[in-house]
Amino acid sequence: MVEKKKSGYWLTHAGLIIGVLFIFFPVWLTFVASTVNQEEIINPPLPLWPGTEIFENYYHALFKGGREGYGSNEPVINMLINSSIMALGITIGKIAISLLSAFAIVYFRFPFRKTCFWLIFMTLMLPVEVRIVPTYEVVANLNLLNSYTGLIFPLIASATATFLFRQFFMTIPDEMVEAARMDGCSPMRFFKDILIPISKTNIAALFVILFIYGWNQYLWPLLMTTDPDMKTIVIALDAMIPAGDDFAHWPTVMATAMLAMLPPIAVVIGMQKFFVKGLLESDK
Amino acid sequence: MEKRVIFKGWWLPALLVAPQLIISFLFFFYPSGQALWNSLFLPDPFGLKTEFVGLDNFKFLLTDPYYLESFKTTIFFSTAVSFFSMAIGLYLAALADRLIKGAGVYQTLLIWPYAIAPAIAGVLWLFLFNGNIGLVSYYLKGLGYEWNHTLNGDEAMFLVILASTWGRISYNFLFFLAGLQAIPKSVIEAAAIDGASFWKRFFTIVIPLLSPITFFLLVVNIVYAFFDTFGVIHTITSGGPEQSTTILVYKVFSDGFVSQDLGSSAAQSVILLLVVGVLTVVQFKYIERKVHY
Repeated sequence: MVEKKKSGYWLTHAGLIIGVLFIFFPVWLTFVASTVNQEEIINPPLPLWPGTEIFENYYHALFKGGREGYGSNEPVINMLINSSIMALGITIGKIAISLLSAFAIVYFRFPFRKTCFWLIFMTLMLPVEVRIVPTYEVVANLNLLNSYTGLIFPLIASATATFLFRQFFMTIPDEMVEAARMDGCSPMRFFKDILIPISKTNIAALFVILFIYGWNQYLWPLLMTTDPDMKTIVIALDAMIPAGDDFAHWPTVMATAMLAMLPPIAVVIGMQKFFVKGLLESDK
Repeated sequence: MEKRVIFKGWWLPALLVAPQLIISFLFFFYPSGQALWNSLFLPDPFGLKTEFVGLDNFKFLLTDPYYLESFKTTIFFSTAVSFFSMAIGLYLAALADRLIKGAGVYQTLLIWPYAIAPAIAGVLWLFLFNGNIGLVSYYLKGLGYEWNHTLNGDEAMFLVILASTWGRISYNFLFFLAGLQAIPKSVIEAAAIDGASFWKRFFTIVIPLLSPITFFLLVVNIVYAFFDTFGVIHTITSGGPEQSTTILVYKVFSDGFVSQDLGSSAAQSVILLLVVGVLTVVQFKYIERKVHY
């Protein structure tokens, strides 16, 4: 860079490390709290170094749904499964329907094409929080409360993914289609054998963003799922936090919090390159 | 921009857009129309019949001190969250951009909170500030300060801002870092040769060159603070104490689902829809401009 002063170099690192510590601070303490026993938590201050109860706490949270004497929950493993089904359903569903509609909008001329485009664009403006009450009624009338279908479908249509694919398809040279058509390739064959393979990076990038979006859904599953069997882990965690002077087995609660964070964090770190690409491109 | 080479036929593309259109109609347009329609009616207290009241729900809302208070709360909250998360994100990005080696490591260390749901971020900070067992409230007590966000509205507001900001830094960091890395180094070097100090360069060259991305982030962060922070509010304060953290989205939820005041809740949805509409148009205008230069 421009300057080569030693002091500036160390100050830069010091500044960044302070930032990193601020980011890690609450998560580290949550991790610590998930490894100690109840007494260490209810007699503050909380230690800053992990304890020895890690296996008991995670075992009870995952398979037993808490400790005896503290009220019981569904085992967390079930909620992890629910969250995974919801997150993957939303992700795969969104990618599938937007690939199809972007393909239609870019590669065909059909009546009301512009109208379709604008209708899809308008959904960009309508976050689920805004139309929550009537959407709930629609789903209730379709008898889809407490079902995976009801959890997934209302969140599946959004303009973002369609736009990203449209944008990308526009950059594909026309010669590609021309060559394919000359070889007698049908539209669906072109879609399956050419378009999808060259969209791989974009699909991976969107996968990361949408998986996090799906996993972290809050308001919708909160309203939709009254059946304990159907709760997602994010909702279940909130319900475990004691209100007022209620008792909770904090180490189990904090182990649940760790388990709720881990899958999306693993996806972000493991697919970091795609995550950065997806984030920078999909929101614009 | 249009493709010159296309496929023929119309029933195949119609079939291809059908899934998205059907879902959009069922879960977007119909419910939004319903919200618009309901906002013109007032159900009687027993929910047996509804009466057409025109714009009375809106008139009532715009003169309702609680609603206006909630509007103010929302504006204060979203300004604070946008400002702090952007300032910290820019600060960290500017530092990381100075490094020749290691920027990638810091990027990995800083971006993962994006994956944490706002509701979980709320739980983490709630745990630290819990009146009985929280580490931070324990040390505050040691300093002679009694922390109790369940009674003190200002403390509750501070906590929801802190949790929302914390979860949002990674997003702003990533965009600012990308923006900074796109600035040609030669521009900065030329200024350095002319004797401009780091801060002088930062404020007179870097900040103006970042203005498009800053503007984009401002809009996106406001939308985030308006809608996505529902989980933070719900886990930490449930809108309390005494509505001090009831932002507009939370009020739609609590009036619609908790108090079952459907007419008012629908009218509030319509007002929020207008807010989102305006923000989206602003953002779209920005994208258009960016395409042109």
